[in-house]
Amino acid sequence: MTSASQRRMGRRDFVSLTVKGAGAVGFAIVGGKFLVERLGGIPPDVRTQTADPRAWVMVIDLDRCDGCGVCTTACRNTHDVPDGQEWIKIYEVNEPDGAHYFLPRPCMHCDNAPCVAVCPVNATFRRDDGLVLIDQNRCIGCRYCMAACPYDARYFNWDGPLELTPQEQAVYSPEYPGTHRRGTVEKCVFCAHRVDEGSLPACVEACPMRAIFFGDAREDAVSNGSEVWRLSEVLRDRGGFRFKEELGTKPRVFYLPPEADG
Amino acid sequence: MTEDSAERVDALLRPVARWTPRFWALMIALGSIVAWGAFAYSVQLREGLVVTGMRDTVLWGLYISNFVFFIGISHVGALMSAILRLSKAEWRRPVTRMAEAITVCSLFVGASMPIIDLGRPERLLNVFIYGRIQSAILWDFLSISTYLVGSLLFFYLFLIPDLAICRDRLTAVGRFRRWLYRTLSLGWTGTADQKHRLERSMGVLTILILPIAISVHTVVSWIFAMTLRAGWDSTIFGPYFVAGALFSGVASVLMAMALFTHFYRLERWITPTHFRNLALLLLALDIVYIYFTLNEYLTVSYKSEGAEAPLLAALYGGPYAGVFWAVQIGGLLIPAFLLSLRRTRTTLGIVIAATLVNATMWLKRYLIVVSTLATPQMPTGWGSYWPTWVEWSITAAAFAGFVLLFALVSRVVPIVSIWETEETSAVGGRPVEEPVRGEVPG
Repeated sequence: MTSASQRRMGRRDFVSLTVKGAGAVGFAIVGGKFLVERLGGIPPDVRTQTADPRAWVMVIDLDRCDGCGVCTTACRNTHDVPDGQEWIKIYEVNEPDGAHYFLPRPCMHCDNAPCVAVCPVNATFRRDDGLVLIDQNRCIGCRYCMAACPYDARYFNWDGPLELTPQEQAVYSPEYPGTHRRGTVEKCVFCAHRVDEGSLPACVEACPMRAIFFGDAREDAVSNGSEVWRLSEVLRDRGGFRFKEELGTKPRVFYLPPEADG
Repeated sequence: MTEDSAERVDALLRPVARWTPRFWALMIALGSIVAWGAFAYSVQLREGLVVTGMRDTVLWGLYISNFVFFIGISHVGALMSAILRLSKAEWRRPVTRMAEAITVCSLFVGASMPIIDLGRPERLLNVFIYGRIQSAILWDFLSISTYLVGSLLFFYLFLIPDLAICRDRLTAVGRFRRWLYRTLSLGWTGTADQKHRLERSMGVLTILILPIAISVHTVVSWIFAMTLRAGWDSTIFGPYFVAGALFSGVASVLMAMALFTHFYRLERWITPTHFRNLALLLLALDIVYIYFTLNEYLTVSYKSEGAEAPLLAALYGGPYAGVFWAVQIGGLLIPAFLLSLRRTRTTLGIVIAATLVNATMWLKRYLIVVSTLATPQMPTGWGSYWPTWVEWSITAAAFAGFVLLFALVSRVVPIVSIWETEETSAVGGRPVEEPVRGEVPG
């Protein structure tokens, strides 16, 4: 019989065991993936599928916006937005060079959305038409998405009822978060329930300055309800930009800068 | 068993054999604080997170700071203990169990913190049902739960021979504890075959626990570093957090050593040499942490890009300056002096340094979480945050709960390993000379 010290695990044994272990894990992953695919695959996330192929975008003309806040009110009325939340929020900006303008901030519905990336439970998701929505039936309230959002676009229900009534639950959907419950995160949804029915978002319709445009980038057209603009042209001619472009979040909200003399 | 070793075993078993009235008083005092914290949490569950000071701008606060702090000190069991074991530092023998117990206790407390922070804790299972592997929170779930199992095993394996001693010696304790010792010692009698199996398992686990521990605090830091926020958007957060974790962990072991030596009269095993050796480790980690801090702040300050500039101004001379400089001076520089100068590197000086380190490392975590979230990232003012009584109560309960668990562990199993401090350790057939003489120059 060998002595205990001779039978101790050597470095070679350990390395060999580690390599074998890694191999086994790799094999299990590959094999598991193969099995799942053979058995029909992982079902697609139906929440992200939309009836029509669309690519919704919003254009906000900062030259027209006078900061009246009617869009915020219209949004509040449409979604019964809880107190303390402004799903489209007006920031007043004073640039060092003296420029003064108002910056309405809805959710940017980023193509490369940091909030969607960090959500641990897939409660927030991005639809094929670009809309970023939240399933409040699933959200666990960790608020990591809020920490990740560079635009402060997300709000948490710090109080309120824990559960919806059955009637409220019946009309609730991530597309229409008009009912609210405590401990979950909410934000602008580009009025998905209206857009899906062919209407413009509430803020677009309400804006008395006609400063907010909405449309399908595939059609290269945006409208504020009374005018229709060619998206590519107006972005080029007016120097359209996206907020914090440098972060690489690829927002779906474009801004047209205020005119210098305005 | 010789006369001398019987006396030795009795001395180490004394706190386990007899629970003093003072211990019961401590349990009741700590238990009351935990109960008060539980009451505060019940208020939070009933009313919602509106009872905290957190709002939409500063959306994380004390709970997440506590989470990082407790997960941080939990690293000492694995990292310090495993490294000292692997490097065969003989002086480690009386202190490793303390470190491993700190790991287990602080992990339970730390892991509970993000759950207390959840808006919908009852939906926690969604993490398993709908878990997205792309989320850093899921990485945390996986690594912390792996680490919890690993460190429990790590703590337990090195405990088995001592549990057998408890089983054989402590025949006067209650029925439950007799059952506990009998069951958990797994019929250990110390045969050559048992020793061989145990040693083999210990060898594997001592190595495996290292990458697991490093991964845990790395992914904790990634929760922050995976965002685009000023102050969090850093590439060195992983090693920075691991260094900070070990730094506060070693300070915790030093504090525990001082308390246990005093209350359990362990001077025979835990000598000034142990304090000095660990003080030098603490000093080394202090220097590493100063290096990382310099690296982090100098590179960012030099460029002062975007939102980093106002955050740095707030830290260096603004509303967060008091806390910021308290951390740098009170937590890094003063301990560095206390630990370097031979005159102040006394047991008292070392314990003062360790206490300063732990207090300011908590402040540092608070600063990391709160100052970044308060920094405006839109054209707006600074966010404000002041914790409410609910958050303070739950924080007090977290610390009380940690001490309670730790004290309880020290009353159920010997806090200084009996079998590992035997004059000749039979395991592996290697005689152990001078079990407490330091190999690190004092």
